[in-house]
Amino acid sequence: MSRITHAFAKAQEEGRGALVVYITAGDPNLAVTRELVPVIARAGADVIELGMPYSDPLADGPIIQAAGQRALAAGTTVKGVLQTVHDIRSRCDVPLLFMTCYNPILQHGVADFAEDAADAGLDGVLISDLPPEEADEWTTAASDCALDRVYLIAPTTPPARARVIASRTSGFVYLVARTGVTGASAELAPELRGLVAHIREVSNLPIAVGFGLREPEQVRAACSIADGAVVGSAVVEIIARLGGAEDVFYAVQQFVGSLAQATRREAGTT
Amino acid sequence: MIVDEKTGKFGRFGGQYVPETLMPVIKQVEEAYFAAREDAGFRAELDHYLRDYVGRPSPLYLAERLSEEVGCKVYLKREDLNHTGSHKINNSLGQALVARRMGKPRMIAETGAGQHGVATATVAALFGFECVVYMGEEDIRRQAPNVFRMRLLGTEVRPVTSGTRVLKDAINEAMRDWMANPETTFYCFGTVAGPHPYPLMVRDFQSVIGREARAQILEAEGRLPTRLFACVGGGSNSMGLFHAFVSDSDVELIGVEAQGRGLSVGDHSATLSAGSYGIIHGSATYLLQDEDGQVQPAHSVAAGLDYPGVGPEHAFLKETGRARYLSVTDDEAIDAFVTLSRLEGIIPALESSHAVAQMLKMRGELREDDLVIVNISGRGDKDAEEISRLLAERGA
Repeated sequence: MSRITHAFAKAQEEGRGALVVYITAGDPNLAVTRELVPVIARAGADVIELGMPYSDPLADGPIIQAAGQRALAAGTTVKGVLQTVHDIRSRCDVPLLFMTCYNPILQHGVADFAEDAADAGLDGVLISDLPPEEADEWTTAASDCALDRVYLIAPTTPPARARVIASRTSGFVYLVARTGVTGASAELAPELRGLVAHIREVSNLPIAVGFGLREPEQVRAACSIADGAVVGSAVVEIIARLGGAEDVFYAVQQFVGSLAQATRREAGTT
Repeated sequence: MIVDEKTGKFGRFGGQYVPETLMPVIKQVEEAYFAAREDAGFRAELDHYLRDYVGRPSPLYLAERLSEEVGCKVYLKREDLNHTGSHKINNSLGQALVARRMGKPRMIAETGAGQHGVATATVAALFGFECVVYMGEEDIRRQAPNVFRMRLLGTEVRPVTSGTRVLKDAINEAMRDWMANPETTFYCFGTVAGPHPYPLMVRDFQSVIGREARAQILEAEGRLPTRLFACVGGGSNSMGLFHAFVSDSDVELIGVEAQGRGLSVGDHSATLSAGSYGIIHGSATYLLQDEDGQVQPAHSVAAGLDYPGVGPEHAFLKETGRARYLSVTDDEAIDAFVTLSRLEGIIPALESSHAVAQMLKMRGELREDDLVIVNISGRGDKDAEEISRLLAERGA
């Protein structure tokens, strides 16, 4: 069982959903990222998703785009992020999921990247613009290095396609709460419950809901229908506001703590 | 290397590298386009609008004074004479008819020089679509007359302030809009780049340029041309001209990129000449990038060429050696702009001026029995103000 799958199983045992927290690596710089990851883990995140900043991120809303631009301006590179992951691993064993566009992996060399990512201590990779149709090379490289391969399933994904994606996935299924880019606020779409049920039919993997979740209440709702919730933009906003100031650690810790509280399920509602 | 039109693979180029939130709607476009492509009714409708609305066929004009200047016969394919003043309408019209078949009420587009934006705004007015065009702030400044035309046609022009504020950023914003509104919206993409089926679909709609030119030159000269020249940004006018000639192995295909101020990072848009393999805007192709795969800024005096990627089929034609890709500087393009205006009374778009400039540069190589076609992909009225500013800067 991978570290990511284990984190979901442990949350399940404890009667709660798993909390996945996203931050952009290198925002405002990698030194802050290195300190922030253990803080977020201690505050109750079960999995931390580290975003690789990219010049042209198609799936990101304005908040995460801006974080990426700050991180790139601070000189963040793939090598730097992997070194930071390596540093974090010496003192923190929280499962780490790397989120990136495919091009940085392609330029690094697909097999080399998988090896370097696993060596650094990453547990899985979500490549936001790599659909399963184009993923043969990556699938081989990642499974050779025991990296989880997380894919998105969208509300608009037809059932047959969802089955194909689920069959390519390991770790957990990332269910997009609504159409569009990351970050914009929205109620949970009413059709999510049906989607979860459908994915359950074709996959035994845990399901986490993300995109547009900002509030503890939304996390509670997501955890009541799925196995976990992903929160990104709301955390990134705190980092944007406080930057590298010492306050950022306390503020993020408080906020993540409030999200973690909301993952607890009332008895009998699983 | 294998071309598979069904999956949009040109050797190792092409494909669909997009977020899952876009994938289902792209599959819908793919399905709708392949159905339309096989439908005689669709083709008849397209031909009707191309003839009676756009004004096709566009003339193939023997440019006598230009021919004298370079020492062989030079024909100009006059896409500048199309309705809306460029080749872009061929594609916008085709995609609008696909969108109508799909029952989408809303169209979005990106634009650099504004020519694709104007063409899309035009067909949106023609068929009654709601229309939003994304345009970089920097391009809005450079191409003010086209912004006015789009607004006049009832289109909303949304300024793009993210990234480098030019064409590539406008594409990012349009894709984000599409992701948020997949049910109602058709993305009318302007060039032979982007995820499958766009490179194929846009090439098909633009290939009318080459089909006409091939028939016209055979009629006028009784033989095929020896060389074709066309500018390459994303590459739609060049692919449109080249496509009908790809299997005529004696016809040399020359794509002309924008060398801008020179081949240093940030100074040019010569993707095929100076870029490398990777992914941009959903397609595997050549792009300008650093060693981490971050897209590098492009530059060209011609807003329509100011793009750090290029269509995957061009990358394929380069890699197989079927086409040659060269580049000319901003200054050479501006000189050609003036030369063609004065020799032929034809003011070419700054983009098309790159093709003219490359031909002028190669005049030493051209023999008397060479037979050349240069694609004048658009008219230069939109550039008049920017050119007069640049010429004044130069002290000319």
